[in-house]
Amino acid sequence: MSVQSPISSVNDFVVRFANVNGSGSASANELFARSILRHGVPVSPRNIFPSNIQGLPTWYEVRVTEDGHLGARGGVDMMVAMNPQTWDKDVASIEPGGYLFYDSTKPMPTSKFRADINVIGVPLTAITNSTYTDPRQRQLFKNIIYLGALCALLDMDPKLVEQLIGEQYKGKEKLLSSNVHALHLGRDWALQNLKCPIGLQVKKSDKVGDRIFIEGNSAAALGAVYGGATVCAWYPITPSSSVAEAFTSHCKKLRHDPETGKAKYAIVQGEDELASIGIVIGASWNGARAFTATSGPGISLMTEFIGLSYFAEIPAVIMNIQRAGPSTGMPTRTQQCDIIACAYASHGDTKHVLLFPEDPAEAFEFAAQSFDLADRLQTMIFLMLDLDIGMNHRLCRPLKWDDARQYDRGKVMTAEMLDEPGRDFGRYLDVDGDGIPYRTYPGTHPTKGSFFTRGTSRDRYARYSEEGAVYADNMQRLVRKFETAQDMVPRPLQANAAKPTKYGVIYFGSTAPAMDEAIGLLESRGHQLDRMRIRAFPFHSSVASFIADHDFVYVVEQNRDAQLRQLIVNENGIDPVRLVPILHYDGTPITARFIANAIGDHQDHLKVTPLRKAVS
Amino acid sequence: MTYIAKPKFHHPGLPKNELGYTHRDYEGKISTLCAGCGHDSITASIIEACYELSIEPHRVAKISGIGCSSKTPDYFLGNSHGFNSVHGRMPSVLTGANLANRDLIYLGVSGDGDSASIGFGQFAHSIRRAVNMTYIVENNGVYGLTKGQFSATADRGSKSKKGVMNTDNAIDLVAIALQLGASFVARSFSGDKSQLVPLIAAAIRHKGASFIDVISPCIAFNNHAGSTKSFDYVREHNDAVNRLDVLTGRDPITVDYAPGTVQMVEQHDGTRLALRKIDADYDANDRLAAMTFLQKHAAKGQVVTGLLYVDPDSEDLHTHLDTVETPLNTLEARDLCPGTAALEKINASLR
Ligand SMILES: Cc1ncc(C[n+]2csc(CCOP(=O)(O)OP(=O)(O)O)c2C)c(N)n1
Ligand code: SF4
Repeated sequence: MSVQSPISSVNDFVVRFANVNGSGSASANELFARSILRHGVPVSPRNIFPSNIQGLPTWYEVRVTEDGHLGARGGVDMMVAMNPQTWDKDVASIEPGGYLFYDSTKPMPTSKFRADINVIGVPLTAITNSTYTDPRQRQLFKNIIYLGALCALLDMDPKLVEQLIGEQYKGKEKLLSSNVHALHLGRDWALQNLKCPIGLQVKKSDKVGDRIFIEGNSAAALGAVYGGATVCAWYPITPSSSVAEAFTSHCKKLRHDPETGKAKYAIVQGEDELASIGIVIGASWNGARAFTATSGPGISLMTEFIGLSYFAEIPAVIMNIQRAGPSTGMPTRTQQCDIIACAYASHGDTKHVLLFPEDPAEAFEFAAQSFDLADRLQTMIFLMLDLDIGMNHRLCRPLKWDDARQYDRGKVMTAEMLDEPGRDFGRYLDVDGDGIPYRTYPGTHPTKGSFFTRGTSRDRYARYSEEGAVYADNMQRLVRKFETAQDMVPRPLQANAAKPTKYGVIYFGSTAPAMDEAIGLLESRGHQLDRMRIRAFPFHSSVASFIADHDFVYVVEQNRDAQLRQLIVNENGIDPVRLVPILHYDGTPITARFIANAIGDHQDHLKVTPLRKAVS
Repeated sequence: MTYIAKPKFHHPGLPKNELGYTHRDYEGKISTLCAGCGHDSITASIIEACYELSIEPHRVAKISGIGCSSKTPDYFLGNSHGFNSVHGRMPSVLTGANLANRDLIYLGVSGDGDSASIGFGQFAHSIRRAVNMTYIVENNGVYGLTKGQFSATADRGSKSKKGVMNTDNAIDLVAIALQLGASFVARSFSGDKSQLVPLIAAAIRHKGASFIDVISPCIAFNNHAGSTKSFDYVREHNDAVNRLDVLTGRDPITVDYAPGTVQMVEQHDGTRLALRKIDADYDANDRLAAMTFLQKHAAKGQVVTGLLYVDPDSEDLHTHLDTVETPLNTLEARDLCPGTAALEKINASLR
């Protein structure tokens, strides 16, 4: 048995809380993360929770990261093991030299510990039971008591935690003082009975700046408010429900007419996803900005309507908060696995615009922008989030808005325009050569501009026609429109390695923070990589040039079948050999370590194997 | 050529309604349905009702699903926007459209296959949400467009054209609409224009979910002996509960009515319906009685037509959601966007 020195680190470690779902630990754990933020030290927390309500294990991981790495790191430096059910697995996941924090009320056999870790026992149940009689209080305050003990162990400033509790229970004095009391119970016990602080410590810093701490779903919902969405129809599904719930609460605060108190929005919980997207399409057809939020199974149900939106050219926005599929898959685990399903959703030849925000700030911006895009392109826009961004708090730049910004409603012909002499209105006429026709809202003009919207083939004047040439003409215009979209959607962002390199990496969405960190890890292994973060489909022409400029390009994604890579190969006619898939799909968020290892190993391999000359 | 425009010629002598529109202004394209299809008669009744109500044709949004019946919106109100959506999902599209602009009139046209099978859920939920609309089912007991399969409204024991006996129970959409809280429920027959026109007009005037089930024989697949949706069958088994006229609020009338003969129905928008009751005991304001009445006659194999139920105090989805009076689709950034000051506050609360 090797003697392992305890891990010693200031402001750079991972604490994982293992709890039982329904034990009320979530708010104490979140308080822990926020307290560290108040020390000026960035954190990156993640919920790992089961798809049931009560009883099953749940974990909350807080990465304390002075360097600001917001992706998951992997590994655990300190385990707060509050769930007997997962004890063995939890103990096994601790890094050598790491710490195990547990409730020592009942003695544990030594076989339940590891020799290479540091065990810290606090008799939490005993302390709680001697203070509280009510069983619910016992359960809830136990969480605050362990938070107090952690404060002492990690040398955190209790004032900052108290301040947060004060903000949380503002106006509820009784709750406030009982929580502060519990905090000190734990802290005092630790100070008196344990060696405090341990090797892991939180020291005040100034690395948080003006950044905000917000969940992607809430930010996207706020983007919908700012982007002018007035109709939201949705059907509950994890991990997207909180988008609609956040939209509702944002609207309640921000969208009532000050004089009448009436709502400047309409939110309907549909009977299913078919109805939800139907409502969205009906509202958008009639000139309102509308959206739904869903996840994979919902997308499957919506595909018939998505095809209608594409073919009949009706704007709509779907926020897809991806989870692990197929079928019900792992409903509470994250993946980026609906790329192909969304890009080509529905039968026949279809293509849809996808946006891939990397964090809540971009989710806000892209959500707002998606309504302009939908109106301008008169088509479905998919905002592709995933559980990792959607349901976790993420540190990100403050949300920004330009008050001068007007909504771009796209090509809408008004009654005055219809009355202009010589004006010809054909719903599907390509007047400007960009593939985007003009539309009119119902009720615009007594005699001009009305048309029949249908999913069946029609001519440029919206008249039903099954003539081959007419159909093909329309389908070609839709391709033209999709090409136009290339220059309207957010462009990819590119960053070059410190030294010239033959290798590149493409990634997108929630992989971004792990990728940023992985680049550093790879550099320390001697691998230089240029990188490109794709932010939308259709792909901008710079994607093809980036691939052409490199011998090999790694495509990092969180799904089994390399879906983004497939899309790039398919849409840009690229030799698949040039794109090396780096795939992570066990439902946990991708980590910098994983990326660096996978790419690093491949790169090392390239050095020893005679390289096949890549033909570009 | 699959599309036939109607000639635009307007006879100068055509009678005009209050707004100066003639019948022609309420017509659409020439029907491509089978000559004699019941659906075309319903089209004619819709045209008539809109003409009589002096509706501005372009202020109507006509929305349908898929099926022969769902094609009909193309054949009336040529100056209004139409939407032939997907099979069975007209109600959700209409609901969304209605949310976007509460000021238009929403006509939903559907078939029995469309509404009682694939779209049964959407039918039910649009009714229970009290969407302000006139929901017309052109009910022929078969799938017309896909050539004659039974629909879910086909009566048990009825025979298909090919001689197959239907062994499934029928769904009575009127009974369901009553149960779900529709505030206007009626049934009529495509061939009975004098009954259907005022019913449609009253439904349009009604605020809330109006549902009219119109028996509309499919002459191609469901007009044979053995069908319970054929012309002959319906004529023989029709039991009309009442006759009604619609009088707009602009021309109020006083009716000298004796209890048991005429019943006035005050509509939410101020218009009044005069019901000429055939059945002296029938009270169209009593939902429970309507349900019993319907079931009693159904047990006797009778088709009850007429206005079965109307709620004079009805509300609609916009009332329930407490939305602003201004149509949502006209709100601009200045009305909707909370601006940077609000965003700064939100940012501050997230630190
Ligand atoms: C998803 C889907 N399934 C099946 C069809 C085929 N389909 C078209 S119309 C129709 C039935 C129409 O029957 P009904 O609504 O009663 O109208 P009718 O033609 O009798 O007026 C069917 C099944 C379709 N268009 N879409
Ligand atoms: S098939 Fe039947 S329902 Fe369809 S148009 Fe012909 S008669 Fe009408």
